[in-house]
Amino acid sequence: MDNKNKEVIDAIEAPIYLKYKFTAGLAPARFLSQLKQGVLTGQRCPKCDNVYVPPRGSCPACGVATEEEVVLGDKATVQSFTIVSIPIPGNPIQPPYIVANLVPDGANISFIHLMSECVNEEVRIGQRVTAIWKPREEWDFAMDNIRYFKPLDEPDVPAELIGHLSVNGTEN
Amino acid sequence: MGELAAVVGIGQTKYASRRGDVSIAGLVREAAQNALEDADLSFKDIDAVVIGKAPDMFEGIVMPEIYLTDALGANGKPMLRVHTAGSVGGSTALVAASHVQSGTFKRVLTVTFEKQSESNAMWALSTPQPFSVHLNAGAGGYFAPIIREYIRRSNAPSDIGIKVAVKDRLHGARNPLSHLNLPNISHQEVEDSMMLWDPIRFLEACPSSDGACAMIIANKDLVSESPKPPAWILGGAMRSEPTIYAGRDEVNPRAGRDCAKDVYAQAGISDPRRQFDCAEIYVPFSWYEPMWLENLGFADQGEGWRLTLDGATSLDEGGDIPWNCSGGVLSSNPIGASGMIRFAEAARQVRGDADQHQVKDARLALGHAYGGGAQFFSMWVVGANKP
Repeated sequence: MDNKNKEVIDAIEAPIYLKYKFTAGLAPARFLSQLKQGVLTGQRCPKCDNVYVPPRGSCPACGVATEEEVVLGDKATVQSFTIVSIPIPGNPIQPPYIVANLVPDGANISFIHLMSECVNEEVRIGQRVTAIWKPREEWDFAMDNIRYFKPLDEPDVPAELIGHLSVNGTEN
Repeated sequence: MGELAAVVGIGQTKYASRRGDVSIAGLVREAAQNALEDADLSFKDIDAVVIGKAPDMFEGIVMPEIYLTDALGANGKPMLRVHTAGSVGGSTALVAASHVQSGTFKRVLTVTFEKQSESNAMWALSTPQPFSVHLNAGAGGYFAPIIREYIRRSNAPSDIGIKVAVKDRLHGARNPLSHLNLPNISHQEVEDSMMLWDPIRFLEACPSSDGACAMIIANKDLVSESPKPPAWILGGAMRSEPTIYAGRDEVNPRAGRDCAKDVYAQAGISDPRRQFDCAEIYVPFSWYEPMWLENLGFADQGEGWRLTLDGATSLDEGGDIPWNCSGGVLSSNPIGASGMIRFAEAARQVRGDADQHQVKDARLALGHAYGGGAQFFSMWVVGANKP
């Protein structure tokens, strides 16, 4: 046998897939149940008054449990963002797309989500956006019940006020 | 700090996108043997081994330290694994140093590695969770919005990141171990490279590398048994903070400021820009140079980019405080080892052993690493003079 022209195999790809059951815990379970009903909620820290979304059951800054539920609206402010030019493995979304750090009105922390129905080059820090939900029949126990956020025709929020708006969008 | 300790041996591998010639065990052994050779010692001279790497999920080998015992001559010896995400290389060095400073051991071998060619860092870090949308865009996707906020706050010119990207690659071209070797890189080439995570371009991001780094840390009483000048460990500190908390300053994390304050106090540093001769700082995305210049007190708030612009951090421009003379993380990034490479390169400088990227007469240097969502920090100060 002629071995000279054979390619030497010194590595093979052997992907491992791990499937696991997610145990949400009290606060995320409540959060996900509310999302299933189309409601975005957070929890307030009894010590520093900051509202966390998604709630994880405690305030990492104060080290205390959070219990008080706060119903948040659909409106949010762009804290920062990136325009991504590479695809996400296994995700149909086509680049370039915007992943934004968004602070919902009434919360004091941002989460990441997609922005759409926008001109990428016009997205900016302080921009006002609102959640676009999937049709009700598709709602599950998941954050992607919100399909994306789209710009609102409202004045920008000054940078120093981002993360400090009340649930009705006014300055705290 | 207890007993005085010093770095008496440093060993690195050649960094490359794929080291197909060695297994993980071969990779760490190569670094360890280079360090032993540098210290004129053998495995029998080592009392304990401290090993670190980034998440096990990367290569899919759980607790790899167990399988690497043989390769590191650690059979029958105490061995400890450290894990603090991307800062692990730095924390591992500090844990190793503390094993000597505490008086527990006289001579410790410490090794860190990553074999990114056998792993998929992006997948490993993107386990989907229902309370968050699954929009994993890699570390760049995470840090890009933070960089954008830095640019907004500081009003920095938009091409500062490009300047860092060029500078660190020119430094890397002096270092034969560097993964990237781009001696002819230009401002235009970086600017024209693909925008991956706006404002981070392809050439403003670190490469994905295979490699390992090792050091021998010895008690002061054993320093003379190794032939080369030691790098005395004058201070070491770690700090961490939660990834997410209301009011967190992601641009200028408090854990980084606190860590610097601690390590400077130990080493008697009050003016880092003037007192240090050079620094090896964890800059995986170009803009993190001006950001860390501020976080570490080399520049006032909002002014870090001016040092970069003026060439203060550039060896080639004769800057007064060269950063990342080895080429930095932007030139080689075996994640788990990247922090230790910073610590080791700071030590090489004060040992006068950095060859073509040596800063003339370097006596005092800072090594720095950060990891996770810029929430883990580790730093050390090394000097040529015995305190």
